[in-house]
Amino acid sequence: MKRFLPVTDHHRGVVLCLLAALCMTPAPALGHAFPEHSDPRVGATIAASPERVRIWFDSDIEPLFSSLMVHDASGRMVDKGDSRVNPSNAALLEVSVPKLAPGAYRVIWSVVARDGHRTNGDYTFVIK
Amino acid sequence: MKRRPGSSATALTWCALGLVFMIILLLPVSSWAHGFAGKRFFPTTFQVDDPFISDEFSVLIDRIKGPDAKTTEIDIDYSKRILPNFGLEFHEAYVHLKNDDGSTANGWDNLGIGAKWQFLTNAEHETILSIGTDFDIGGTGAHQIADSFTTISPAFFFGKGLGDLPESVKYLRPFAVTGVVGPNFPTRSGNASIDPDTGQTVVERNPTTLTWAFSVQYSLMYLQSFVKDIGLGAPFNRMILVTEFPMETCMSADCKGKITGTVNPGVVWAGKFTEFGIAAQIPVNSRSGRAVGVLGLIHLYIDDLFPKSIGAPIFH
Ligand SMILES: [Cu+2]
Repeated sequence: MKRFLPVTDHHRGVVLCLLAALCMTPAPALGHAFPEHSDPRVGATIAASPERVRIWFDSDIEPLFSSLMVHDASGRMVDKGDSRVNPSNAALLEVSVPKLAPGAYRVIWSVVARDGHRTNGDYTFVIK
Repeated sequence: MKRRPGSSATALTWCALGLVFMIILLLPVSSWAHGFAGKRFFPTTFQVDDPFISDEFSVLIDRIKGPDAKTTEIDIDYSKRILPNFGLEFHEAYVHLKNDDGSTANGWDNLGIGAKWQFLTNAEHETILSIGTDFDIGGTGAHQIADSFTTISPAFFFGKGLGDLPESVKYLRPFAVTGVVGPNFPTRSGNASIDPDTGQTVVERNPTTLTWAFSVQYSLMYLQSFVKDIGLGAPFNRMILVTEFPMETCMSADCKGKITGTVNPGVVWAGKFTEFGIAAQIPVNSRSGRAVGVLGLIHLYIDDLFPKSIGAPIFH
């Protein structure tokens, strides 16, 4: 049986080792951002209106490209429109809200991590 | 260097241009990462090909007792995006066979090269669709392991998350399915050899097969972040439960209509730069294997590790 290409196991090993070495080189702390936890918690039912909605991410996010909104059950924006990345914690996104009436609320967020990758999401919480 | 009149203005222009260029380089290239469709993150799974393109490096260890040999395989995969929605994939595998008669064989399998076009990414419906073709290049592997002929495999890939289900069934939202459907055409219909005992020519036919492989996933990440924080801590809050069904139906030759495949229940942990997974491999029939095998996955997101160099698409 004939081989078509003169690729030897040796060559292939070297190439794979180089590739592996390249992948093992230390990387800067980047990575797309994913929510770690939030306040109010995802899907929670709480007794009283919170003062603000906060989401902690697992990596630092870009203030210019990240936002957080709170909508009521009819889809109307109810937050104070001051969403920001916390100045002392670049992984914390927050927005303040006025005293909210009982009902269901939707938190909608969109962030760009330091690696340039955008992630977004939403969740609901209920005030009794 | 001789200064000419007006050169300071030129220098200033260049300086400004350079600054603009630097700022452009430093700006985040806001883009969707590997395997995202809206809120949905599809992890790389074990044996069912990803429905998306990416910049990734994977090592999969596969051990199973087949119908007539015990196989241990180390699969190495490297995917590279050329355009934001078009990428190339390279596969290699080192195979160790322990045959039932006690003999063994080792060596590299054929080199595989594929191209994939992710032609649809729908955030709202968490859907990804791609088409691609894979070439398993005959004769590039060790001859006791690899086929001497090339196999061409065009395929359709899909991924769909159930995040668009209504509120009343919100606990089903973390579910997703992915899959691949496509034929595998051998470029040679058969191999002729001479039987040493009878001296007669024996033709072994190379069948065309159909791959239909799919996975069902339940993402604890999705549950925790978008549906209900049930208080899962690390490492469970980044886990995705995955069951794969990689199946193949023989479409020609002596094996026509026969199915081989396994059911692979397992779990994947997706970190920021790496992914780890482990699964069992349960053969669906005796042609697929004789005992439960194991799969182990180590995966690196090159696009997150090197977002501005080798991890980015070559052309934007
Ligand atoms: Cu990323």
